[in-house]
Amino acid sequence: MSQSSSRVTLAQGEGGLAARQLLESVFLSAFDCPELRQLEDQARASLAELSLLGDRLAFTTDSYVVDPIEFPGGDIGTLAVNGTLNDLAVGGAIPRFLSCGFILEEGLELELLRRITRSMAQAARAAGVAIVTGDTKVVPRGKADKVFINTSGIGIIPAGIQMAARQCEPGDVIIVSGTLGDHGAAIMQARGDLGLQVDIASDCQPLHELVQLMLTASRDIHAMRDATRGGLATVLSEMAGTAGVGFQLDEDALPIRAEVRGVCEILGLDPAYLANEGMLAAVLPESEADAVLAAMRRHPAGQDACLIGRVVDQWPGKVQVKSRFGGRRLLEPLTGAQLPRIC
Amino acid sequence: MQLVDEFRDPALAQALLSRIDQLMTQTPLAEREVVRVMEVCGGHTHTIFRYGLDQLLPQGLELVHGPGCPVCVLPRACIDTAIAMAQQSDVILASFGDALRVPGSHKSLLQARAEGVDVRTVYSPLDALELARKHPEKEVVFLAIGFETTIPATAMTLIQAEQEGVDNFSMLARHISIIPTLQALLDDPELAVDAFIGPGHVSMVIGTAPYQFVSQRYQRPLVVSGFEPLDLLQSIHMVLEQLATGQPKVENQYARVVSEAGNAQACVAIHALFEPAQSSEWRGLGAIEGSGLQFRTAFSHFDAEQRFAAVLQSEPAATPEYACCGEVLRGSLKPRACPLFGRECTPEHPVGALMVSSEGACAACYQYRGDETP
Repeated sequence: MSQSSSRVTLAQGEGGLAARQLLESVFLSAFDCPELRQLEDQARASLAELSLLGDRLAFTTDSYVVDPIEFPGGDIGTLAVNGTLNDLAVGGAIPRFLSCGFILEEGLELELLRRITRSMAQAARAAGVAIVTGDTKVVPRGKADKVFINTSGIGIIPAGIQMAARQCEPGDVIIVSGTLGDHGAAIMQARGDLGLQVDIASDCQPLHELVQLMLTASRDIHAMRDATRGGLATVLSEMAGTAGVGFQLDEDALPIRAEVRGVCEILGLDPAYLANEGMLAAVLPESEADAVLAAMRRHPAGQDACLIGRVVDQWPGKVQVKSRFGGRRLLEPLTGAQLPRIC
Repeated sequence: MQLVDEFRDPALAQALLSRIDQLMTQTPLAEREVVRVMEVCGGHTHTIFRYGLDQLLPQGLELVHGPGCPVCVLPRACIDTAIAMAQQSDVILASFGDALRVPGSHKSLLQARAEGVDVRTVYSPLDALELARKHPEKEVVFLAIGFETTIPATAMTLIQAEQEGVDNFSMLARHISIIPTLQALLDDPELAVDAFIGPGHVSMVIGTAPYQFVSQRYQRPLVVSGFEPLDLLQSIHMVLEQLATGQPKVENQYARVVSEAGNAQACVAIHALFEPAQSSEWRGLGAIEGSGLQFRTAFSHFDAEQRFAAVLQSEPAATPEYACCGEVLRGSLKPRACPLFGRECTPEHPVGALMVSSEGACAACYQYRGDETP
């Protein structure tokens, strides 16, 4: 296979010389780290070093198929790193290692692949985690859409941190770290098929530093989730369902950017169902809220943090929004697809 | 946010609500056991549930959610026909997202897509025409639905296709007209409605003049309304004022958008392409005389039913529907009173069409109130 080809070929997925060249020229150079340099079939980590950070492992995985793969505020690479980091982060874990599996469509531009791997490497470096193992497959043109990425992550949960949705209880308050729906709105805009010209960037960002700041302010945070697919509404519905309590939100308190609101008004969408990729919701006792919010606002990812509602003992398992007129409505989990692939 | 928040001002809403309350308690309306106002349009239904307006109205004032959600009244046979067309080789079937979820006799277009046929979501009929330009080797069929709100766009798309000579493009047109539908409702002895909130978007096209018969012949007030919460509260206040004084007429609350004469250009485009059909089938309501539109002969070459006549079987006999969509549409049954509501029939698995679109009375009720008892 021609070394100078500017596109991904099927041969590069066959495990031979061509595959080796792709590995070296794209992945190893971008993700370089001691674990990866060993070139063994698995990454190895010292348990003794890890156990200095905490007493439990957190392990998670997610796959990324966003379309378009590059969008304002990030690309599929930053999403694949931050998305998996955030799944670790909202469990209170300090992320350490990521794996990455690529499924590439034959004919993908190598330059595009390099851009994606560079942004993955940057995102990982910025977050202080290492991409320590990976895999690449190439499928014939049309059998995948450009590039799909799976990442798995391992983190360490410090001793004493126990966050879980079932711990939400009446009297708790609900806070969010940022504005609703920025990622979903940015993707809609980037798809370009809505004919709208709005300046919205995805909120794709790592949240683990923010979470550690929150936990420093209070160890008594009951539960935490990052609001990704299905938006805040879906995430809160899941938490309320797990805990068997009701959530009551104040419509006026929900932080929404004017641009996102504008897009939603025009298209008849509810920002509560639009995805975020760098925003979390947390449930904690009211007495802890001021300290935690103050800590959050000192971090760039938490500048717009605010209190949006409280946990009640009515309507167990449901999320209700109080409108400005005093009427109330239910926020059901998203049914069906609101939009094409967004993460 | 400008031009949005002004129409959602809580203090103004409160003022309107207390005026509504006054009309209900300090006028002859106080003697009535119940006053029923039907909002004809699905967009209004959505606003009512989205803002919980029905919860704020005084006792004895009920909102009835009418038939103005075009997705909800789409008959099963139409979906079956669209699927049969999509199953032909080299066909792309395109329509609006909500239409793809409507259950046919055996499946929806989305389910057909999962089985391998080429079904696309578009935001406008022009997007479907663009698909036809991009895929000259395929036949692109647009499933065209909606009231007068969407018919002008359909018409303009066909005029454009004609001018450009795009011949791999056709339409399965199931447009319906609001006036014969109101007429049929008013002729129905089971209709339990005292006044109407008229549709805003449809009226932007047809104007307010065509509604005169509602007040003149049937003695019912009708107020054409906008879609924001304050628009609806003001419109409710206006119909109640008419009911209280016993002087029904047609009024226009949505004057910032709707004129008496409507949009002449849009009406010309509609009439250039379409003519009234004898009768049209509505899901839940049955056949309504004169409510459908058919292609004029000069444009019948765009009629997908003619193009595919050889492969289409005659309309299959309708299988019985167990959901009570018809009663809900006529206002004689509340969504939650249907035995299927929230059990067999949910937005995830709609049995009746009113559960399909977010503008359908049942879907709006479920989405914003869940399966709780009232």
